[in-house]
Amino acid sequence: MSESSTGPLSCQRCQQRPASVHFTRIVNGEKSDRYLCEECARQEGAFHFMLDPQFTVHNVLGGLIGQVPETVKLSTQVACPRCGYTYQQFAEAGRLGCDMCYQTFRPQLEPLVRRLQGATSHRGKIPARAGVKLRQQQALSELRERLRKAITAEAFEEAAKLRDTIRALEEETASTES
Amino acid sequence: MTNASLWMKSEGPETDIVLSSRVRLARNLTDLPFPAQLGDRDGERLTARLKEAFDSLGAAWQLTYRPLSEISPIERQVLVEKHVVSPALIQEPVRFQGLVADPGESISIMVNEEDHLRTQIFLAGLQLTQAWHMANRLDDDLERSLNFAYDSEMGYLTACPTNVGTGLRASVMVHLPALVLTRQVQQLFHALAQIGVVVRGLYGEGTEVVGNLFQVSNQVSLGLTEEEFVHNLTVVAQEIVGRERHARQLLTQSHRLEVADRVGRAWGILTHARIISSDEALKLLSEVKLGQDLQFVKIPGHTTFSELALMTRPGYLMDRAGRELQSMERDELRATILREKLLATREDKEER
Repeated sequence: MSESSTGPLSCQRCQQRPASVHFTRIVNGEKSDRYLCEECARQEGAFHFMLDPQFTVHNVLGGLIGQVPETVKLSTQVACPRCGYTYQQFAEAGRLGCDMCYQTFRPQLEPLVRRLQGATSHRGKIPARAGVKLRQQQALSELRERLRKAITAEAFEEAAKLRDTIRALEEETASTES
Repeated sequence: MTNASLWMKSEGPETDIVLSSRVRLARNLTDLPFPAQLGDRDGERLTARLKEAFDSLGAAWQLTYRPLSEISPIERQVLVEKHVVSPALIQEPVRFQGLVADPGESISIMVNEEDHLRTQIFLAGLQLTQAWHMANRLDDDLERSLNFAYDSEMGYLTACPTNVGTGLRASVMVHLPALVLTRQVQQLFHALAQIGVVVRGLYGEGTEVVGNLFQVSNQVSLGLTEEEFVHNLTVVAQEIVGRERHARQLLTQSHRLEVADRVGRAWGILTHARIISSDEALKLLSEVKLGQDLQFVKIPGHTTFSELALMTRPGYLMDRAGRELQSMERDELRATILREKLLATREDKEER
């Protein structure tokens, strides 16, 4: 985005005030150019960073977060059941409201996290407190994956063994919980 | 009056170039909103739970909790200048922010900055692995009484998805005068950006670069183990140290006189100026530090560059004066302190 130097062009949005902002938006590789007045530029929301004195991660992030791929675009009205936060609010603030937001907005967050972090699976520390259950869950999901592969490969003998191991572990998990 | 943090006075591996290593872990409690969304009742519940957790930490940690509301505005500024807290922590309005620290400020926990807890360990020189081990032990101890927000897929959950996963940010503060002088620094930073390493100014995000000081840190926090992140940044830091050493060697071989001249001029101004701005002071101190590393000059006593740099900061000066100071008053006090420190004879060096 840069100041336009084309003189008294009027804003493409309100058609009234003079355009003072040249806004280039690139969404999924598609480029669009808009000449807007400051007011309309602010209302379009994706680039408050230019109008703010500070250029922070959250401002820039706001632009990224706003670009939800069509396939996962849910209603922006979905609110987190715990903190009442909407995805729209997240897009504006660059921060989530509470830990449950990660579940509420999972479909939108996953591609975003992949883009920001280059990965979506945590491989680091597991808190000891939540650990016992989590380790069991991790073991289970790994076993289920192996079972799926065994079935695909028609290795039924191995699949049967895996099924029994999974059942045993599931019972163990249930008893830890109770 | 405020003292320098322990790391500023300590020696560590590569302290001529790596001033400090920092490891920070972002953590949140489950079932309470993140700080920005925290209502009054939840804020009080959170504070009560955290206080209890801090109290139950072993006495060996020597940690004290203080709500930000009980810290004076001048001291808040000094804490930022010492890197004990981030500029974001002291931003108004003061609500449920707080600080837990040990006397040497090697450990600090920012309470209700962007996340409920941000545990930081500061050590002198290049000691990221040691800093991570300390942070990890403290994190284990905190976890005994707190339920951290954690997801088996995404790891530790943070207010901003840029910190999710390990919640870890490792960073080193490096002094790179020779790479700046030989104009290699931009190229180096460009290369670092390609491998997920970010370079920022002295006080982190959005701050400018003064005195050839750079904060180098990992950009992502998810997908690798903490040990891997820490190891990677250590390797990057070693590489930077190698290049800076090489540039210094080249400078002293081919431009010895010019470098000596720069250092001498910086020394001259610092030891004779009557008013000096904080940026000018830091810029010149950087040259003197290079001069000391190359053995052209010697800062008397045991005063380190990090301590001197702190003494040039506005908050530090006001804290020392015990009141708010106008810009001109600060420039005068700063010049006086620098003359005292740099011209001190070996006999009357400070009480240590």
